[in-house]
Amino acid sequence: MRNRNKGGLAPGPIAFVQRKDMETTGVSMSFFCRNIASPQQKKSDCGRTKGLRLNTPCLQVTQVSKSFPGVQALAEVSLELHAGEVVALMGANGAGKSTLIRLLAGATQADGGAIWIDGKPIRLADPAAALRAGIGVIHQEFFLVPQLSVLDNLFLGHQRPLGIISRRQEAHAAQEIFQKLGISIELDASCGQLSVAEQQMVEVAKCLLRQVRVLVLDEPTAALTPRESHRLLDFLSTLRAEGLAILYVSHRLEEVFQIADRIVVLRDGRTVAEGPVSHWQRKPLIEAMVGRPLESEYPKESADRGEVVLQCRQLGRGSSVQNVSLELHEGEILGVAGLVGAGRTELARLLFGLDRRETGSIELDGQPISLRGPQDAMRLGIGFLPEDRKKQGLIIDHGLIENFSLPNLSSFSRGGWMRRSEERQAYDQQQTALGWKPSTPRIPAKLLSGGNQQKLVLGKWIQRDPRVLILDEPTRGVDVGARVDVYRWIVRLAQSRCAILWISSDFEELIGMSDRIVVMHRGRIVSEILDPRKISASDLLSAAVGADRDKTDG
Amino acid sequence: MAEMQSSGRNSHRVRVSTWWRSLLADYGMAFVLAGMIATLSALTWQRQPPGLEGAAEQLLAVAQRTDQPIWLVGSTSEEDQRLIDRLHGALPAGRVTKTVQGGPPDFRRAAQEHPSGAPTPLLLCSSQAGGWSIVSELAQRLPGWEGVRVAVPKEVSGSSFLKRENLINVANQITVIAMVAIGMTLVILTGGIDLSVGSLIALSAVVACQGIAKFSGGVDATWQAVVGWSGLAILLCALHGWLNGLWVTYLSVPPFIATLATMLIASGHAFMLSKGQSIDQLPASFRVLGQGRWIGVPVAVWLMIGFYIAFHWILGRTTFGRALYAVGGNAEAARMSGIGVRRVVLIAYTLCGAMAGLGGVLLSSQLQSGAATYGAMYELLVIAAVVVGGASLSGGRGKILGTLIGALVIAVIQNGMNLLGVDPFLQKVVLGYVILGAVLLDRWRSR
Repeated sequence: MRNRNKGGLAPGPIAFVQRKDMETTGVSMSFFCRNIASPQQKKSDCGRTKGLRLNTPCLQVTQVSKSFPGVQALAEVSLELHAGEVVALMGANGAGKSTLIRLLAGATQADGGAIWIDGKPIRLADPAAALRAGIGVIHQEFFLVPQLSVLDNLFLGHQRPLGIISRRQEAHAAQEIFQKLGISIELDASCGQLSVAEQQMVEVAKCLLRQVRVLVLDEPTAALTPRESHRLLDFLSTLRAEGLAILYVSHRLEEVFQIADRIVVLRDGRTVAEGPVSHWQRKPLIEAMVGRPLESEYPKESADRGEVVLQCRQLGRGSSVQNVSLELHEGEILGVAGLVGAGRTELARLLFGLDRRETGSIELDGQPISLRGPQDAMRLGIGFLPEDRKKQGLIIDHGLIENFSLPNLSSFSRGGWMRRSEERQAYDQQQTALGWKPSTPRIPAKLLSGGNQQKLVLGKWIQRDPRVLILDEPTRGVDVGARVDVYRWIVRLAQSRCAILWISSDFEELIGMSDRIVVMHRGRIVSEILDPRKISASDLLSAAVGADRDKTDG
Repeated sequence: MAEMQSSGRNSHRVRVSTWWRSLLADYGMAFVLAGMIATLSALTWQRQPPGLEGAAEQLLAVAQRTDQPIWLVGSTSEEDQRLIDRLHGALPAGRVTKTVQGGPPDFRRAAQEHPSGAPTPLLLCSSQAGGWSIVSELAQRLPGWEGVRVAVPKEVSGSSFLKRENLINVANQITVIAMVAIGMTLVILTGGIDLSVGSLIALSAVVACQGIAKFSGGVDATWQAVVGWSGLAILLCALHGWLNGLWVTYLSVPPFIATLATMLIASGHAFMLSKGQSIDQLPASFRVLGQGRWIGVPVAVWLMIGFYIAFHWILGRTTFGRALYAVGGNAEAARMSGIGVRRVVLIAYTLCGAMAGLGGVLLSSQLQSGAATYGAMYELLVIAAVVVGGASLSGGRGKILGTLIGALVIAVIQNGMNLLGVDPFLQKVVLGYVILGAVLLDRWRSR
């Protein structure tokens, strides 16, 4: 394994980086897999390494605990990660995954326990220390400077002798690593122009240039299209083959079953289950995460379909939404499928009055309406749960009750003066119903996990008792347990005659929950599926990309 | 079951810790202020003449022990005048045979004129008069005054910082900055900044004073004219604030730039209107706001307290207050929740302009004149007060009472340093460090 890596690596420009690294950490020369291979390990395959327990793990976390005021985020969690292995870290939101990742990234310190690299205890005082120790973390948010070129970003923060930058050497090293990983991104392009997937690749490459041995990925596919996700998984397989130890954090079960060798499940800050992926099945895995038996993943119940509430004809704005006509009935859940950039969010923004339409008309109960802003839409009974919970759905530094009341201020006040008892009563009522935790009304919303945040956002709209509710990716970043709760509430809303327009990139979810699905592509509705139960996610995907495949490819 | 218990305990811990945190977060500066007041009181503790009441009490006690005729002796200062009036009121009619007010020569003349056969009077002196040598050594200096009794109020120990007059002084000094800081707090809560308040103070002072002096008869102006011109000045400043808001909201000009421009424009207008001169032909009724008192406390301080209570309620208890915090916390999320973001921001800037206008009227009333140089650097002091009060410059966080505390901290520091005789240039340095310290404290506790 060591030899092979060495063979695959051209000496020369890289040697500069390596030599420097050797001075600091004093370990082997090989490129990715710097595990000083023991004799047994040499025999084993670099790929799936299930039988490697005898060896010193690449990364070992023992009995780590961490508590925040009022919350025990991690309670004596232990974890092992071997070279050439992908371990999926799973768990509902708030299970402690993020805390563990932050510990590994050096962003926060544990109260107890230890972290070991190759059997040596290490202290991760800050992010730089984590990188030096060989742990690279790819967060959900990227830390690239959009104005700088790819190359500059790759070497940002690298120590150089006398601070002098040798661009030629750097470009060479970057080229090398890009080639190896099959990345085709221009080094001169500025990072701001790259797609999310490309930026992610740059982040990974940046870590690899620092010679990391452990790669931690936090929900890497959350913002990717299905196609990009697929590519990322291939890419991770390459890295595994190179001998990297990968900790993969995701909610998406399909991916986990596809990529992981082992699965570790966290719940309430403890490791509740662990085992090779072959021992797991979908349902028990979800139950292990949620901590209770699961009746159905998609608790769909049909509601009586009533009159048409919202109708739009030939609606258009620029090239993002063109000629969209659709009808939305009372009690109906209408799914909107499509790839990222297909114009789904833009359509929702038109219907909620966030953008002005350029062509076409919108009718509510058969009456044409004009929406000059969200206030108009809300007055007519339209609600909108936006895609980006943290930036658009919530004011994350403000209290739960302040967030909850924001769209409901007029109903909680008389003549501009707040009726705080009414407000509190309504808050308690919705909190009991939807069950976000913690319920303490004054704590800032950022302390809630993703699932609980989404319940809060849903609660603030349900409080308005909307006639039409537009949901844009309501389950993104929401764990399986909370997801089922969200589904249940949406069904309940539909049953109380609310019309629901549901945008989602999770096609399984759309098929499972919608009464009808329209597929958007390049700003247009390209097909309509009247009975979603009869199709599969791949059918839907091909409809979403299939309209002009030649253009979307490549 | 075990889980249930632990979650119950946890939620309790959350409550306790957030209670502490929010107390520290909202009013941490109040503790600092209290500490500063305690320190200053200790540092300025010294022997000093008793106040009016104390002096009168001591002297009356002496007077009651005898039935000699009484002379009252004091200087012409306002303080002595009040003491003499007070003693006159308290002593039975006929007891006081002479009142000497003036300097040592006046007293010498009066004492020499005293007929030698008449009974020697008891001298009740103010602290100041007691210090004159002709008074303290009267028995030795003048014939016929042997055995005279001279009563002078004894010195008492006390803090010159905590003296009532000084505290009122502090309050008076801070009213203008504190009032303008209310408007600034609103603007900063939206995530903006208003650099034009200093110039608006000047503009308002000039417009009000020039209007009264030129068009309403100057010294003879009626109180209606005074109110009218003051109102007009405030409205004009509100209009400038509204324009600031328009630039910021509808034309998306960064607040720093928009209000910087307004700062120059308003200042230029103020200089043009006043032709660079100070206007002081003002009627006595113009003095009421800045120099008048009610129950011993300046009217301006009452006004300040009233505005702070009102805005504390507006921010905490109205939909406008909620919207203001929401807009500053996350304008996009606020918009998506149906808040009229532009309207809220526009109102905040307009109110800020109006408060600056009120501050200008107040300042010119305190100084009984108006000039275009008023309010220079006030925008920075006002912003400092808001920041020291714990508001976040990125918006969405801050309390109106925090701003009051911030303004008081600044005033107490300035006043304290004056009492201790600190070099005025060094005072600036100290103030700078205090602002840095406040921001550090803010960072530390928001961790």
